[in-house]
Amino acid sequence: MSIRLPSTVPSQATFAAALLDPLAPCPPGLRAWNGSDPLRRLAVYRNNVVSSLIDALADTYPVTQQLVGSEFFRAMASVFVRHQPPESRILAHYGAALPAFVAGFAPAAPLPFLPDVARLEFARLRALHAGEAEPISEAALTRALADPPALARSHLVWHPSLAVIESPHAVVSLWAAHQTEGEITPVEIDCAEQAIVLREGLDVLVLPVDPGTACFTARTLAGEAFSNAAEAATAIDASFDLGAALSLLLQRRALLELRIHAGPALG
Amino acid sequence: MQPSRIADLPRSRSALRVGLPAKAGIGLKPQHFQEVLATRPELGFFEVHAENYMVDGGPLHHWLGRIREHYPLSLHGVGLSLGAEVPPDEAHLDRLARLIDRYQPASFSEHLAWSTHGDVFLNDLLPVAYDSETFARVCRHVDRVQERLGLRMLLENPSTYVEFERSTMDEATFLAEVVQRTGCGLLLDVTNAHVSCTNHGRDVRAYLDALPLEAVGEIHLAGYAEDTDAAGDPLLIDHHGSAVAEIVWGLYENVIDRIGARPTLLERDNDVPSFGTLKAEALQAQALLAARGPGCLHRVRSHL
Repeated sequence: MSIRLPSTVPSQATFAAALLDPLAPCPPGLRAWNGSDPLRRLAVYRNNVVSSLIDALADTYPVTQQLVGSEFFRAMASVFVRHQPPESRILAHYGAALPAFVAGFAPAAPLPFLPDVARLEFARLRALHAGEAEPISEAALTRALADPPALARSHLVWHPSLAVIESPHAVVSLWAAHQTEGEITPVEIDCAEQAIVLREGLDVLVLPVDPGTACFTARTLAGEAFSNAAEAATAIDASFDLGAALSLLLQRRALLELRIHAGPALG
Repeated sequence: MQPSRIADLPRSRSALRVGLPAKAGIGLKPQHFQEVLATRPELGFFEVHAENYMVDGGPLHHWLGRIREHYPLSLHGVGLSLGAEVPPDEAHLDRLARLIDRYQPASFSEHLAWSTHGDVFLNDLLPVAYDSETFARVCRHVDRVQERLGLRMLLENPSTYVEFERSTMDEATFLAEVVQRTGCGLLLDVTNAHVSCTNHGRDVRAYLDALPLEAVGEIHLAGYAEDTDAAGDPLLIDHHGSAVAEIVWGLYENVIDRIGARPTLLERDNDVPSFGTLKAEALQAQALLAARGPGCLHRVRSHL
């Protein structure tokens, strides 16, 4: 078979670029049966691409959308979609970069809490679709607790759905206020808040937690050893109660494993 | 180019061997999971978009698994990008293979379209030119899919809004040749046929006549929206957001008069109404199917 470079005229590169750039000219080589301007027809594809992706973001970020209104959200999302179209065919993964985009989107600057609301919403989506995992067994837990030096060096393996939200704003209360019908309770937005997001069974939970619990969970999730994470949590929150934090996470079946590496920790 | 040797493919997947029942089915939506399980409506099958279930765990898999215990499943891909300039993505084929192993669908279908370019997924079904170069490419891609997944796939006719100056054959001829070359089946979307023929000033009955209707393994019916092009001529837009139009029901009856009952899906992906409304539409199709009987379905089965 002779080797030919694959191409359609217009190349799919030209066509794809014209879909994402509303000001791009009509790609060459298109026609309509009645001789009408194919640009009007190309607009159907342009609209399908951009609106379907905005709809996907609106599904993922309902509270973010409620906070700014549909018109603002869709205008902001259309800029995002054109700059950062999906790199995956699985739309459940799309929009992870929206919170960072919102943080740099000048028209949203008057709402400095908006990126953290969006982070909370994306953490919920991730939790919803995360894999299943069995929590640590009673026996394994008892064994780990019986050896404090090893426990101190251990690394905690959390449920794949688990995420920690730490915000200088009251985004957890704000998000919660939008979960019920009717009037929204006013929220003192300048209070720092933290939450743990995880799935238990089929339900995604948003658990408000104190700063120490959030710090401990976030640090262990990032791979720090048990005792280092506990010390960091106590340093930022003198009232941090390690026992209460562990008990909450065990009750929610979030801890999968206490991985104890052989030998002393390096460094 | 060697056509796929479908007959030599593994025969382990019993559901695929049997195929979908020649009854009406509905596109399964998460908001209807619990009602389906609670009421167990008399439907032939459910269809899901494969990409929606390419997630690790959670409620989507939980509910689909339970519903699959009671109904045959049609797995419908929207992201394989068969018409792309590059071969089907192997990682995506792996994900499809895992879904097929897990859910044992009775059918797998995809579109004559492309939806990816480079690293970008465009989330729409984009048109290809109907020329010999595209034909050879699409055949290679269908061959690879059938080889990798070990099944005979169904290829769906698209809704299109533009045509290409370089096209040298019409869409029906292109599809007929791909079916003949690769041994794949057809997913005949009657709405897409009406939409594309209207949009390109063609006679839909001639279009249907030119298709290898004996290869139809499934039919799709959906709603469309009406717009106009730059000359003021009708431009129909396939939006899956409303009831099936009377004219499409008429074409559907004409098709099943000729080929007998075939698995028929009522597609609704936008402005999804209550399950009851969808079920009523499916029962309308079911009544038309029941009046026809199995027709020449054996001609489809003989390919498997």
